[in-house]
Amino acid sequence: MAETVIYAMYDDDDVLKDGAKKLVAKGVKIAEVFSPFPIHGIDPIIGVKNTRLGIMAFIYGITGTMLATYGMRFFMVEDWPMNIGGKPNFTYLDNILAFIPITFEFTVLCAAHGMAITYLLRNKTLPGMPAQNPDPRTTDDKFVMEIRLSENSNFSAEQLEGMIRETGMIELDQKEIK
Amino acid sequence: MHKEAAIREPLILGHKTYHDVTEDVCKPIEDKAPRMWYILFGIALIIGLYGVGSILYLLGTGIGVWGLNKTIGWAWDITNFVWWVGIGHAGTLISAVLLLFRQKWRMAINRSAEAMTIFAVFMAGLFPLIHMGRLWVGYWTLPLPNQFGSLWVNFNSPLLWDVFAISTYLSVSLVFWYIGLIPDFATIRDRAKKPLSKKMYSILAFGWSGRAKHWNRFELVSLVLAGLATPLVFSVHSIVSFDFATSVIPGWHTTIFPPYFVAGAVFSGFAMVQTLLLVMRKAMGLEAYIHTKHVEYMNIVIMVTGSIVGVAYLTELFVSWYSGVEYESYAFINRFSGPYWWAYWSMMTCNVISPQLMWFRPLRRSLLFTFIISIVVNIGMWFERYVIIVTSLHRDYLPSAWSMHYPSHIDIAIYVGTIGLFFTFFLLFARYFPVLALNEIKTILKSSGESYKNAPDHSHDNHSNH
Repeated sequence: MAETVIYAMYDDDDVLKDGAKKLVAKGVKIAEVFSPFPIHGIDPIIGVKNTRLGIMAFIYGITGTMLATYGMRFFMVEDWPMNIGGKPNFTYLDNILAFIPITFEFTVLCAAHGMAITYLLRNKTLPGMPAQNPDPRTTDDKFVMEIRLSENSNFSAEQLEGMIRETGMIELDQKEIK
Repeated sequence: MHKEAAIREPLILGHKTYHDVTEDVCKPIEDKAPRMWYILFGIALIIGLYGVGSILYLLGTGIGVWGLNKTIGWAWDITNFVWWVGIGHAGTLISAVLLLFRQKWRMAINRSAEAMTIFAVFMAGLFPLIHMGRLWVGYWTLPLPNQFGSLWVNFNSPLLWDVFAISTYLSVSLVFWYIGLIPDFATIRDRAKKPLSKKMYSILAFGWSGRAKHWNRFELVSLVLAGLATPLVFSVHSIVSFDFATSVIPGWHTTIFPPYFVAGAVFSGFAMVQTLLLVMRKAMGLEAYIHTKHVEYMNIVIMVTGSIVGVAYLTELFVSWYSGVEYESYAFINRFSGPYWWAYWSMMTCNVISPQLMWFRPLRRSLLFTFIISIVVNIGMWFERYVIIVTSLHRDYLPSAWSMHYPSHIDIAIYVGTIGLFFTFFLLFARYFPVLALNEIKTILKSSGESYKNAPDHSHDNHSNH
């Protein structure tokens, strides 16, 4: 089903933010904001929830810690205990000091890469993906607000445009997207 | 919006708009490269290829082509390794530690410092690999199952810790750097005119569109990666220092090695950043973004870490005497008065005296002086590693085994070759990649840009939320 989308362009992040605040106060639902850099404070206004990637990073990190611990216990204590300078190696705890550096490194390795891969997948930013910003200038110095008619059934297109025009935007565009 | 005190110097000079930032950073990439770039690239490439040739010769012949002998089994190879890893510490320190401390001046230098880090760690990683002599069995350092006899790699050995530390550091730095680059590649993609460059930058930009949710994730990912990378930076050089500190060679068996190596690494890394950026800002016309204040901040870091290194040198000397261990004190007396006295005193002059000059404000704000000191510091830091490694080894317990180290031409060629390769990579980076984190710079333009900062607040008068 084709959908009508209104793109309102701004040339200042603070103007866009204030505009968004006014529109939301009137009950308009803003679908998306495209900007060249993070606009601090826009997320709660347009209803973007905070990401949970941090929790994932923690889970990946803990997985790394456990893998490293289990691996080194298996290699150095269970499978083939090695006598290195007569250091005790009967249990994992006897030898734990020597295992701390690798446990730490492996934790960081898993947390960082796990999080980075999840980030790219969740964003769907992967090599070869097409750009989706409505205007090439949004990665330079312009800020675009996307409003979908289907999400704002209380208003007509004319009413929406009228409200947007009052917010200090510089260009207005209407598109049909699939 | 965050406000900054008026007396704080602006970080971006002149009257820049968001679009100007994009222009200033993208222009050098889109324009033809200046003739000087081709000349420098040619020189770096020739030197680098000479190094590659020497490495191939070494691999074909064996590491007997190095000037090592029975007493001195480690010399330039590990000196160069530690030197390059040390240089590779500045990038992540700048982008991670300064991000955690919310230091905005990092934004002008983090991108190129991280690039430098990655290339320096590449160069460092070469040395442990080629010193195996048989590069193709390098994967034996990984804990692989038992096809090679039922023995695992030794997890008690700092050399294996190094494998994990360096590979983690390299790959995490690379990911951190690339995640920051994606939005900037998108900017270049959207400006590109030629089909080929449009295509290339589209692939590199991963389809980035700048959605609010993506920026939300971006900021968190940067913060968490910085949090992970900060202890990582400190751990890497600590582990490198364990290679020496856990041995029983007088002069190496020292508990202060980890902090002393980390301070030395930051010291040399910042010096290399200065060397590169002072040239780059001029050549690429980025003086408005990387100006005297940034240079001064970096010089202060150099001064502080240089002082830590100096204190460490003196502590080593004191402890060698105070320990009452004959071998330990001899190792240090031999360092400053033995046959390698010149290396020791070069190290002392370059690393202890030169950074102290940065106490003088006119000197640390002088670009020429900074450039000279930055090179002096890196010479000194190379000598530091050489002194620690070679002078500790060349006097064995048995005087009959005493020896000297003379580098062969292959030693020298490989070392100089890595410098060539490093500059080859850096020049390619400066030509095709955004050298400033341009979209991050835009976030501080209003709070730290000269024209916004101290101007009367016109645009916000009518907004109640500020």
